Amino acid sequence: MQRQPLLMQGNEACGEGAIYAGCRFFAGYPITPSSEIAEYMAMRLPQVGGIFIQMEDEIGSMGAVIGASLGGVKSMTATSGPGFSLKQENLGYAYMTEIPCVVVNVMRGGPSTGMPTGPSQSDVMQARWGTHGDHPTIALTPSTVEEIFYETIRAFNLSEKYRIPVILLTDEIIGHMREKIELPDPSEVEVIERVKPVCPPEEYLPYDSRYDVPPLAVFGEGYRFHVTGLNHNDKGFPTNVNRIIQEQEERMINKIKKNAADIIKYETYMIDDAEGVVFAFGSSARSAKAAVNEARRMGMKVGIFKPLTIWPFPEDAIYDIAGSVKFIVVPELNLGQIIYEVERASKGRTEVVGVNRVDPEPITPQQILDRILEFK
Amino acid sequence: MAFDYEKYLRMEMMPHIWCPGCGNGIVMKAIIRAVDFLKLDKNKVAFVSGIGCTSRLPGYVDFYTLHTTHGRALAFATGLKLARPDLTVIVVSGDGDATAIGGNHFIHSCRRNIDMTLIIFNNFIYGMTGGQVTPTTPMDAFATTSPYGNIENPFDICKLADGAGATFVARGTSYHNVALEKLIAQAIQHKGFSVVEVLVGCPVYYGRKNKFRSPSDLLRWQKEVTVSIKAAEKMKPEELQGKILTGIFKKEDKPELTEKYRELIERVASVR
Repeated sequence: MQRQPLLMQGNEACGEGAIYAGCRFFAGYPITPSSEIAEYMAMRLPQVGGIFIQMEDEIGSMGAVIGASLGGVKSMTATSGPGFSLKQENLGYAYMTEIPCVVVNVMRGGPSTGMPTGPSQSDVMQARWGTHGDHPTIALTPSTVEEIFYETIRAFNLSEKYRIPVILLTDEIIGHMREKIELPDPSEVEVIERVKPVCPPEEYLPYDSRYDVPPLAVFGEGYRFHVTGLNHNDKGFPTNVNRIIQEQEERMINKIKKNAADIIKYETYMIDDAEGVVFAFGSSARSAKAAVNEARRMGMKVGIFKPLTIWPFPEDAIYDIAGSVKFIVVPELNLGQIIYEVERASKGRTEVVGVNRVDPEPITPQQILDRILEFK
Repeated sequence: MAFDYEKYLRMEMMPHIWCPGCGNGIVMKAIIRAVDFLKLDKNKVAFVSGIGCTSRLPGYVDFYTLHTTHGRALAFATGLKLARPDLTVIVVSGDGDATAIGGNHFIHSCRRNIDMTLIIFNNFIYGMTGGQVTPTTPMDAFATTSPYGNIENPFDICKLADGAGATFVARGTSYHNVALEKLIAQAIQHKGFSVVEVLVGCPVYYGRKNKFRSPSDLLRWQKEVTVSIKAAEKMKPEELQGKILTGIFKKEDKPELTEKYRELIERVASVR
């Protein structure tokens, strides 16, 4: 069937992807350059019977999203740097209590208020370690409008499947960019629903350590249980028992570690014969493609590794690639963050160099090409 | 027949963390009796709290219970209520939790008039962290962070709730526990955002720092300092000097948020 192609903004595609995934609750607070997501959801959600609320602040919107999710409704919030910092408190609560939700961060320059209208990729480490305490992280990094749509659906799927907040990291460029997109028919793309308990309510253990991902009951459906941000036992009640604290935290981290293969997703471009690879995500991956095409034309065997899952980091794939190439170029719109992960995963098997800028303009293909040509 | 408290309590969680002489247990009892009086189905009630002594209450009662982050209970409760308008949502909070770190969520919840009940246990001090000054600590009172006496003006929680737009505002005390039970029942029944401030004694920190020698001194103080709104009407202004009023200050019918949202969905869907 011939589909009508649409011209859509990245932020709108995010909203539409969320609706497709079954998101029926959005709480947010205005912040550039993510506000279009809130505006789109304010318009779209009532049309599909969902709920939009503009909260009094970023902290409150994160809290409302978790509350709604516990009420059984797929929920999302969207923000940018300063707001992402504010959300870290309740984001930690969602990790600790294992309540699914999706948090979008349309990255802009920082620290602090930084450059609200400029692009950035400087929150990749905050996405991993922004909240206090040990916790697993899933963060996705689309690089086109179409990818934003599909990765938003995947964010909801992973969130419900693994009972974890999932972070969608985009940036001002792809958030505001308009591109062609063909939306899939309903039920064409898999949408995963949360696993609910089937046992009698009195036997229900919301943090049953026999599971990696215990079923999650919904408030209002007869399973009266306790949820707390304190270290808790399998029933969800606060505990001081050392063994249980250790066991529950390890389960929480292992549920993602064990399933890394299911969560990690990346694309490669011309890497089979490559002697050098560009590791690029988000808007920087777009410049990387032009740079690699040009370098190939100049006779250099280079390719691209584009992670769509940035956390958990695709370390096994990078280790393998590092063993077969002379160099890896890491362009990122910050002064060097994900390059540390690439270096760590490479284990010294190749040379890793960065291309960085924060002025805040996009990294140009020429900048990446110049770096590649240093290895000619 | 004796009242069956255990029907509503999670006995496996006992003993609770509250200190001997703490007023929280009296208020918890009043809440349980109010819920029982209203014949609410346990499967249709959620308790939400933030952080602090009071915020441990949901762990002890057998409903859907959500113990969230400091000051944020109302934000979580707002999401839950919007997602599940069929649930009766009761938020319990201390004075520090509700009016300091949670002050913004407090005034905006009042403004939105979302159908839930906020019960603020006001003991004038941060108990869990060891007796620090709060936004309701009286002028000149002592706390571990006001060792020379408090030099800041306290909030009047009921006036704050009224000004911010709550549609039911009341004050009770742990001393007048029978009246309190009725206040809480009326607050839960009210369609809209209800605030009940309850004066409770913290003998270990507030009492010890401020010359209340025993828990009963704090209860006696509640008895002596309070005047019901009805009795106050017949009193002269000079007689009311330094007194704290109790009773229902406000009960107003106004459109409620979850109902407004349901209407909005119907309106938008019909246009399509």
